[in-house]
Amino acid sequence: MSLLETFRVALTALSTNRLRAVLTTLGIMIGVASVVTLTSLGASLQGYIQSQFEDLGADTLQISSARFRNTSSGTQPMTTQDAEGLAEEGVAPHVVAVAWTYNIQTTVRSGANSSTMSAQGVTANYADVNNWYPASGGAFITQNDIDSSARVVLLDSTTAEDYFGTANPVGQTLLIGGQVFTIIGVMEERSTGGMSSQTVLIPVTTAQTRLANAHVAGKGYRVTQIQAKVSSADSETVALATDEVEAYLLKAHGIRNSASADFNVTSSATILDSLSSTLSLVTVFLSAVAGISLLVGGIGVMNIMLVSVTERTREIGLRKAVGAQSGSILVQFLVEAILLSLLGGSIGIMLGGVFLLIGGQLAPEMSISLTPESAILATGISSLIGILSGVYPANRAANLHPIEALRFE
Amino acid sequence: MNNNNHSDTSRVIDIQGITKTYHLGEIELQVLKGIDLKIERGEFVSIMGPSGSGKSTLMNILGVLDQPTTGTFYLDGINVAEIRDQDLARIRNKKIGFVFQNFNLLKRTTALRQVELPLMYAGTRGRTQKAREALESVGLGERLNHLPSELSGGQQQRVAIARALVNEPSLILADEPTGNLDTRSGKEVMQIFQTLNREQGITTIFVTHDPWIARHTNRVIMLRDGNIIADKHVASPLDAATAERPSEAEELQEVFETTYYGGKAEEYT
Repeated sequence: MSLLETFRVALTALSTNRLRAVLTTLGIMIGVASVVTLTSLGASLQGYIQSQFEDLGADTLQISSARFRNTSSGTQPMTTQDAEGLAEEGVAPHVVAVAWTYNIQTTVRSGANSSTMSAQGVTANYADVNNWYPASGGAFITQNDIDSSARVVLLDSTTAEDYFGTANPVGQTLLIGGQVFTIIGVMEERSTGGMSSQTVLIPVTTAQTRLANAHVAGKGYRVTQIQAKVSSADSETVALATDEVEAYLLKAHGIRNSASADFNVTSSATILDSLSSTLSLVTVFLSAVAGISLLVGGIGVMNIMLVSVTERTREIGLRKAVGAQSGSILVQFLVEAILLSLLGGSIGIMLGGVFLLIGGQLAPEMSISLTPESAILATGISSLIGILSGVYPANRAANLHPIEALRFE
Repeated sequence: MNNNNHSDTSRVIDIQGITKTYHLGEIELQVLKGIDLKIERGEFVSIMGPSGSGKSTLMNILGVLDQPTTGTFYLDGINVAEIRDQDLARIRNKKIGFVFQNFNLLKRTTALRQVELPLMYAGTRGRTQKAREALESVGLGERLNHLPSELSGGQQQRVAIARALVNEPSLILADEPTGNLDTRSGKEVMQIFQTLNREQGITTIFVTHDPWIARHTNRVIMLRDGNIIADKHVASPLDAATAERPSEAEELQEVFETTYYGGKAEEYT
């Protein structure tokens, strides 16, 4: 008997008991829908987080002081000496640029508008290292501004809108910490992922000397964070650069054991990695829980196939009498079980698609959609369930003796 | 073994010393106790016998649904004992057409599809055409797409006959084919068997306990307790087209006449 014929016979058998077929596949339907929804949701979330991190630059190491770490020597602050040392030729060959920041909380005022926010003191190469530039019409902080501790400021787009509305703020002045700053530009908009609040950018030296006293005896000035741009974003190079930076800072801080380092070196890549792996683990775990419903569904299919074999004992006997080989009977019932599971699986995928569509409406920025991988996975799982739950009943049908089957009442 | 010529293709059935023993736990039950039987091509035979005579077992063996315990069975020159189990289905498909008392049609399947079934398992091409011809030959050319539920009992049995002949088998085995039919439908079905046998020379074996049905065939084999006790040719077989089965009242009248002891008629009312 041809495969096409087998499918037709199986479809006919299923269509004679439509309601039963649909009810049987309910478990698989729900299971597949949950698995598809959860894996797609996990993938969307991962993609969303990844895109947020890409903006931050996966090729940049963030070095900050580990303030709360208990070290025998006490915590030494991160200073300009550390940063300038790192930037020196030959210290960290895989680091191509070093920028640093000094952040202070201060009052920013323009006319009646006043609020407390973070003023970020930055170096001239901050824009390049962070791949974040002023919008057209503005200029970034120059080395001259740094050298002269100039009172110039760049606003982020949100702050600019808050203080000046649609008017062009370039050339206007602001009061920062009571001092008059000239606005030289507005930074272009970028997605912040809700991770950084409003900020204004000023020369790092201005922040260290004019707005605060960040002097550290013999070591220059305190810095909040050192950013080291790595020559390439691939994880090997990032790891090499991380080692170089750690080795230098340990030496500079006179710490022998890397376990008691008083600083942290992190990259967006490592944060992303650990976030992704956590997220995948959660996704897999939730899908496995949803998979229990698939197991129950499979048992349902097996049960109904056993009923079907018993109901159709006479039919099986007749088919054998007119020349059906045991193999044809086996394949016939197996195909029926697989079709049943696939039916449940495809309805489940559609159901999952509907859930994801609703999810996409609720969180449009996450671009939630049914991933082809999850659909393929679900189809594969359903066929597997069909085969596993169909083998036993089909085998039972195939092994029926024609005489007894024909005599069955 | 006798000077049997197994290459003699005119012999459809050639059975020598067949026994069949069932093992029911500790008990051995010998149902067939040494059957010798030869049936030539084109014969119309009925096998009769009371319940427990072994006629069902013999039919299962003839139909290659079961294997004998001992003895040899040549079907159309093929030694069935030498056929591997998985090939028996193929022999049934090619050599034997079954007709059952309860028709055994598939539910929710059109007449045409029913008849195509053996062709499907044989992998024959041009199935629909062959199935249609078989249905036409039993007078159901107008009922090709009817479901069993839309056919009368007689018509259902005719579909089953078409299904039995569509593969051009060497032998049609019919187990009480008129048992579930009323007199008129039974007569129609009987007529079809007779026509097929007479005009197309199809070898047919009836298994029945109804002597009236057996009288329509050309040869009657009587079984009792696992042995053949009689094997006789019917001198003048009944023609289903003309023979009228006596009504039950008439049969009863006969019983009265032969057993009436001479009392007054009122005594029997």
